Amino acid sequence: MSFSVDVERQLGDTHIAARFEAEGGITALFGPSGAGKTSVLNMIAGLMRPDRGSIRVDGTLLFDSATGVSLPPEHRRLGYVFQDARLFPHRRVRGNLLYGHHLARPEDRWMSLDHAVEFLGIGHLLDRWPATLSGGEAQRVAIGRALLSGARFLLMDEPLASLDRARREEILRVIEAIRDEMKLPILYVSHDRAEVDRLASSIVLIGE
Amino acid sequence: MDIGGIVLLSLKVSGVAVIGTMPFAFLLAWALARGRFPGKMLLDALVALPLVLPPVVTGWLLLLAFGNNGPVGRLLNDHLGFTFMFRWTGAALAAAIMALPLMVRAMRLSIEAVDRRLESAARTLGASPLRVFWTVTLPLSLPGIFAGAVLGFARSLGEFGATITFVSNIPGETQTLPIAIYSALQMPGSEAAVTRLALISVALSLGALVLSELLARRFHEAKGRAHVL
Repeated sequence: MSFSVDVERQLGDTHIAARFEAEGGITALFGPSGAGKTSVLNMIAGLMRPDRGSIRVDGTLLFDSATGVSLPPEHRRLGYVFQDARLFPHRRVRGNLLYGHHLARPEDRWMSLDHAVEFLGIGHLLDRWPATLSGGEAQRVAIGRALLSGARFLLMDEPLASLDRARREEILRVIEAIRDEMKLPILYVSHDRAEVDRLASSIVLIGE
Repeated sequence: MDIGGIVLLSLKVSGVAVIGTMPFAFLLAWALARGRFPGKMLLDALVALPLVLPPVVTGWLLLLAFGNNGPVGRLLNDHLGFTFMFRWTGAALAAAIMALPLMVRAMRLSIEAVDRRLESAARTLGASPLRVFWTVTLPLSLPGIFAGAVLGFARSLGEFGATITFVSNIPGETQTLPIAIYSALQMPGSEAAVTRLALISVALSLGALVLSELLARRFHEAKGRAHVL
């Protein structure tokens, strides 16, 4: 899988620009807070429109300002893991996990609920409401929800930032397993050097 | 005095007023919560107007618009043979207009309280904007929509000024609870009837408020949300 990203966007006083090519594995978008790392992910996800540029994933054009191409987020086939898990509060864990799974075309689904539950060790949480989960549990469910939606690649926005040290290690192992066992490419936003060194095979500097 | 008939008429007028107003109230609430358009402030003020206008003025304006010589009233009468004048439907229309601001307000607050980031998350999971509305935005704003409906219902039960101005006081047709109480007060020796009607009013209004609170709580028991009133 290959990514080719070249985007620019003016956001208030901040000029956000990112230009990089990436292969599989984990590509870290690294830089200081406020540099626009999350905005770059949002542009790739289709949640924010670049002023100019193009985004291509594996030959599929997701966005191109020159030709006016802009796929809506729901057609980009990506999984987005946010810093705050953003689980749907009105659905139980099972309902959250299956939300994107049911929306995906059957031929795009590559993981079953049972597989995801076993992989993430969340079988005992299936009937719980999100409000009753700990930060680490919620983040595992959020990762499961993204995987189950038939995503071809993942976007992760500081997925460890709101967790304590022990939970961080748990989630780090999960992310490594996604990288090594599932071979799913990940664009990973972080401002933590140690985290990036441990996970990433290539690093893109944002806002330098 | 037919107390049962008065109560049933009041419930019918208020029920029809609220059910008929729901879709309009929701659309207005949506436009005010999410829309960006010129004249939004004016629309906001117009919706809130019945709240601050003397009800007798609202009733008179309804008379001007929907009376048999009013522009809307004549149109309805000529083409559909339908009139609001001196009918219970007119009482429902007056109640609906008076309840609208409260309903829009409750619905708008609940729509504004929906976390837009959850909607973004749903989009990345493959949901179209319409599906996001049905599966995320609407369910999350339901408690406010219910609260708005119940508040509107309670307000409709108490509606007096606009109703009596618009459709007058006709027993069995437009004489709702408050109007019946007013009529009874004009007659000497009807203290017992007034007391009974007033007690029923208190019970109905209190019941409506308690119901809305219970609904909201039940809805969000498991989800750690606060009540809506």
